[in-house]
Amino acid sequence: MKIIFFAKIRELIGKEEENITLPEHIITVNDMVLFLKKYNEIYYNVFENYDFLIACDEELVDMDFKISKTKKIAIFPPVTGG
Amino acid sequence: MIDIRIQSSDFNFGKEIENFQKNKIDGAFVCFLGSVRDLNSEEELKKLEIEYYPKMAKKVLKETAKKAFDKWNLSQCLIIHRFGKLNVNEPIVLIITQTNHRKDAFRANEYIIDFLKINAPFWKKEHTNKNSYWVEQNKKDLDINI
Repeated sequence: MKIIFFAKIRELIGKEEENITLPEHIITVNDMVLFLKKYNEIYYNVFENYDFLIACDEELVDMDFKISKTKKIAIFPPVTGG
Repeated sequence: MIDIRIQSSDFNFGKEIENFQKNKIDGAFVCFLGSVRDLNSEEELKKLEIEYYPKMAKKVLKETAKKAFDKWNLSQCLIIHRFGKLNVNEPIVLIITQTNHRKDAFRANEYIIDFLKINAPFWKKEHTNKNSYWVEQNKKDLDINI
């Protein structure tokens, strides 16, 4: 799964994108977040201490969104445009 | 007609209005112009950097304009949003909505900026004379009933 990051989250993660093979039992966005929190300390810090939004294939989604058909996941802070 | 532009370059506000005035279809158009402000009294803002998620930003702006277009029967709608490093007082965003009735033009314009504020993937980073800070989302924007 290709995961891309923007803004403050990109700086905290220290990279613009990462390809991670998610185990089969990862069904929802929430499952993925729990998995990444265990994946390494950097993800743990981000998800534990910062506000974030998740978009699957350019659509904002909730934590219970099923990611089986998703090609690209974006993780970023609450938006501040306009 | 819906016109969505995401660009680093400045835009000519007067010229964009003039283009709308040339359209004789509807007489009411409303413009919203958002620009860079220096609100930090302790430090001097040198640059405002705007980062965005290109594919999603274009998609969100298009969908938002389309919703407003259909709901308030617009004849024209323009959204320009800039990215990159901007100076104080430079324009960031321009929204122009045109329709038959002024109230609809106002409502459509307000809907677009309110929706954009909480859904379009743009992020601001302030570079001051002392440090750099990511701008936090204004929680009041989340309370607006769109």
